[in-house]
Amino acid sequence: MLAKCRNYVLLFAKSWCLLPALCAWQSAFADGPQSTPSIFAPTSTPAHEIYDLSLFVLTITGAIFVTVAGLLAFVIFRYRQRGEDDTTEPAQIYGSTQVELAWTVIPVLIVVVLFLTTARMIFAIQDAPEPKAAVNVTVVAHQFWWEFNYPKLGIHAVNELHVPLSNPTSPTPTFLTLLSADVIHSFWVPQLAGKTDVVPNKINQVWIDPHYTGMYVGQCAQFCGVQHAKMLLRVYVDTPEQFAAWVKNQQQPAVQDESVAAGRHVFETQACMNCHTIAGTAATGRFGPDLTHLMSRDTLASGAMANTRENLREWIRNPDTFKEGSLMPAMQLNDQQLDQVTAYLATLK
Amino acid sequence: MADSTYPIPGSLETTPRRWSQADILEWLNSWVTTVDHKKLGILYMLYSIFFLLVGGAEAIAIRIQLIQPNMHFLSPQVFNRIFTMHGTTMVFLVGMTYIFGFANYLIPLMIGARDMAFPRLNALSFWLTFFGGLLLYYSFIGGSGLYGAGNAPDAMWWAYAPLTERAFSPGHAPDYWALSLIVTGFGTIGASVNVIATALCMRCKGMTLMRLPLLVWLNVVTSGLALITITPLTAAQVMLLIDRYLGGHFFDTQAGGSALIWAHFFWIFGHPEVYVLVLPTFAIASEVIPVFSRKAIFGYPAMVAASVAIAFVSLGVWAHHMFTIGMTSVGNAFFVLSTMLVGIPTSIKIFNWLATMWGGKIRFATPMLFCTAFVVQFLLAGLTGIMLSVAPWNWQLHNSYFVIAHFHYILVGAIVFNIFAGIYYWYPKVTGRMLSEKLGKWHFWLFLIGFHLTFTVMHIPGLMGMPRSIYTYEADRGWGTWNLIVSIGGFIQAIAVLVFAVNLIWSYFKGKEAGNDPWDAWTLEWSTPSPPPAYNFATDPVATSRRPLWDIKHPEDPDWKYE
Amino acid sequence: MSTVAVAQATAEQPWVQPSKGRVAMFCVIIAESAIFTIFVVAYIYNIGKSLYGPTPSQVLDVPLFNTVCLLSSSLTIWLSERAIEHGKVKTFGLWWALTWVLGAIFLIGTGVEWHKLIYHDGLTISTNLFGTTFYSLVGLHASHVVIGLIALLTVLLFTITGHVREEHAERIQVLALYWHFVDAVWIVVFTVVYIIGR
Repeated sequence: MLAKCRNYVLLFAKSWCLLPALCAWQSAFADGPQSTPSIFAPTSTPAHEIYDLSLFVLTITGAIFVTVAGLLAFVIFRYRQRGEDDTTEPAQIYGSTQVELAWTVIPVLIVVVLFLTTARMIFAIQDAPEPKAAVNVTVVAHQFWWEFNYPKLGIHAVNELHVPLSNPTSPTPTFLTLLSADVIHSFWVPQLAGKTDVVPNKINQVWIDPHYTGMYVGQCAQFCGVQHAKMLLRVYVDTPEQFAAWVKNQQQPAVQDESVAAGRHVFETQACMNCHTIAGTAATGRFGPDLTHLMSRDTLASGAMANTRENLREWIRNPDTFKEGSLMPAMQLNDQQLDQVTAYLATLK
Repeated sequence: MADSTYPIPGSLETTPRRWSQADILEWLNSWVTTVDHKKLGILYMLYSIFFLLVGGAEAIAIRIQLIQPNMHFLSPQVFNRIFTMHGTTMVFLVGMTYIFGFANYLIPLMIGARDMAFPRLNALSFWLTFFGGLLLYYSFIGGSGLYGAGNAPDAMWWAYAPLTERAFSPGHAPDYWALSLIVTGFGTIGASVNVIATALCMRCKGMTLMRLPLLVWLNVVTSGLALITITPLTAAQVMLLIDRYLGGHFFDTQAGGSALIWAHFFWIFGHPEVYVLVLPTFAIASEVIPVFSRKAIFGYPAMVAASVAIAFVSLGVWAHHMFTIGMTSVGNAFFVLSTMLVGIPTSIKIFNWLATMWGGKIRFATPMLFCTAFVVQFLLAGLTGIMLSVAPWNWQLHNSYFVIAHFHYILVGAIVFNIFAGIYYWYPKVTGRMLSEKLGKWHFWLFLIGFHLTFTVMHIPGLMGMPRSIYTYEADRGWGTWNLIVSIGGFIQAIAVLVFAVNLIWSYFKGKEAGNDPWDAWTLEWSTPSPPPAYNFATDPVATSRRPLWDIKHPEDPDWKYE
Repeated sequence: MSTVAVAQATAEQPWVQPSKGRVAMFCVIIAESAIFTIFVVAYIYNIGKSLYGPTPSQVLDVPLFNTVCLLSSSLTIWLSERAIEHGKVKTFGLWWALTWVLGAIFLIGTGVEWHKLIYHDGLTISTNLFGTTFYSLVGLHASHVVIGLIALLTVLLFTITGHVREEHAERIQVLALYWHFVDAVWIVVFTVVYIIGR
């Protein structure tokens, strides 16, 4: 029995040691993006503030756990029945007002401290003023892809968000206005900020202030339908030069390459235009993503697969191969049409 | 001798007999038409355990699909149905039913009454719940919908609008969800009314309200809370059906309706609901821990006050499920405060259980093993709850696997552990036989190890950015190993539950005879034979204190001297 | 029989507990109040949010007569309760029948109002947010009136056939409690829909 109790407590302690161990290992601390989007690897101001707060809360709750669980472990050892035939009853204690008061007052004090710290941070993040140099992006969430519009720069992007690097001395954060075209989604890139829901008929806002360049991953964090799992996000934090170059490219109309005219003809006659826009052509559909700069992206279908010609061709042939239940229908094109339209789309840099 | 109308297990029968077809039909009829609280309690528990197995099978399916990235065990559509049904089943068909299983069986016995206040309402409530559950599961086979076979609910157990509006869910999945829960909801209201009326109006002489066993108190508080918790869900579901079938616009964002208001209404139900689920768990712990520590519960009045406080405060915390939805900073701050405040009466209860064990002579029979694990696990769950109540941190943790780990720590680590404790504790009373201690210990240790492998480890992928409700995940996110461990833990828990099922069945026929009072306990149900006769008590008992049997067993030191 | 001998029932003071019918009806009323609260909140939240279609001030007339009838029925049912308490079954029957008639007038009045709204003003549950929230809230209340009237009618029939006696006074009071609740809800609905919302 003693062995069993000891084993139980040890097992418990061991499993909870995993957590701080992981934190220590995982927080390679934020000098850039990681393939694992850990909330303990912040690279942007709001994420960093949350991280600091979380360490504070972890310390307090850790202390509470060690104290109370320690007491419990003590009780289990010290007050267990020794000897099967010991049938005398221990002293019956019915209560104690002082003790009850003590263990009411102490939690109240802890709550006060935690609440005040938390409230301060809520206001700091949620009500942060927007500096003049901030970049503005309007995010429109769809089932199952992301649309990014930069009103001041006059450009549209899809699924892969580019923002400029910020630095503490002259911050250039990005303020994102969140709109939904259909159901509730949620914008979450853990290394950059906490998540904010994207709610139809409501305007929400979130801001990021990244201090390290690179590509950060995230995904939709509110169940939005069949392909919620593959509504992924990529945020590219660019140096100012890279960002300016990217913006300039996005501002151009679509590349006009006569060698793929056959493919463009397929595109324009096969109902693709009903859903997609290609700037500078007759295609102005708004239901699906803007394809003007399709080849400037690393992935297709909001991160579902890499942007290669084979994947693109297969996607057009049958979207269900990669993203079963996505809202793009299979267009029933024959092989020749597929080759042509893929060749055309492959020129849209 | 026991003259209950169900077959007495094994050798307790006085005359062995052969069962003719007429006997079997009569036996079935006695169960289907019963209004006896004991039989209905058993029916509720059998229903609950059955759906625990069904929901558990759904969980295993989920864990197989997620064991590694890019598995193809379940298609996205089927996965979404399975996890929605898993949640809906566990909350409504397992959680809400175990409550009334224990309450119905034990409350009349504990207060010295012959039956519940409204026996026929009791039966009606059970059968409403029963048929609601059947309707929910019929959805798997009823009709074909637009996305292939079946219409099982597939929009999460919260069924957020406008995803559940006609425009985005053209099949019948949300309809099955709403209708079946409306039906079970009526069953719950009926059962809650019955519990309150029984506890307030049917007590034996001498049992004042402050002498009620804590199980009864906690079930009264639960039932009162349930009355104002389930009804908002019913209202919201009616609104959803009006939108879907009568062209209403409650949640129709295109017509100016609000997606936000569904979230508010749902969580106004959803948060107090989890307290409805957990308070009867405290009830079981508050009966088991004193008996196995050989001491009276420490601070009875404080425990009663804390339970009532929890019920009240829990009505004001709902939007902590919505910290990311875009409320104002003041709104967020308010709900941070209210959520932290509800932690205070909850922690008082933990301290009182600890103090009950302090200075006792703790016997670690199977019920006590489960209750001890419950205390630690509940403490941890409360602490991760505090972490989640810190709104900015919540903006990272919300809808991630951290939240799933947190609430499963409560639902499994607190509630299921205590259900097991309660079954091991009262099975002798219900059947007249003890459950096997050996199998019980195997069940406990396997389940404990499996539980921690799954749900303690599960916090980690959450912290590493893994959201919930996803049928698969990218291979390069680093979540694969953790998911593997989590899934293995799930399989171990499944084995443990199988051991439990074997124990239940084997012990019914071969378990040791229990007698009236195998645990040397102190509440009135232990004064009846095991199983109790249909009328419960041959003569009306009189309660002299909170522990009537202690007074009888210890006439030199009765409780009423100290109360 | 090996029951542990529990002390016999020899209490000195009378052991008084509340009546279970009353407790149960209070619980039902509490649960129903929660449902109505949600519909009222939905109504209030959506005031002024309709994007198109008829507005309350355009089409709603204050149903004063109906309201007076319904609230008077609370008075008549109270009078019938007092009558049955004192064993005056005939008086009870008369007041009870009058209660039923007043409730029925209210219901018919609601029907007339809805007829005008649907056919004359073109306001249905699917027209706009106002239509949705109006019909669901007022309709929820009306459905509770219907249930009440069915229960009242049943008791009335039992009275006419001579089955109701003084000893049933308490059960009558429990049912009357439900009716009072229905009237109280109407006061809230009336205020929210016809006064605040217009």
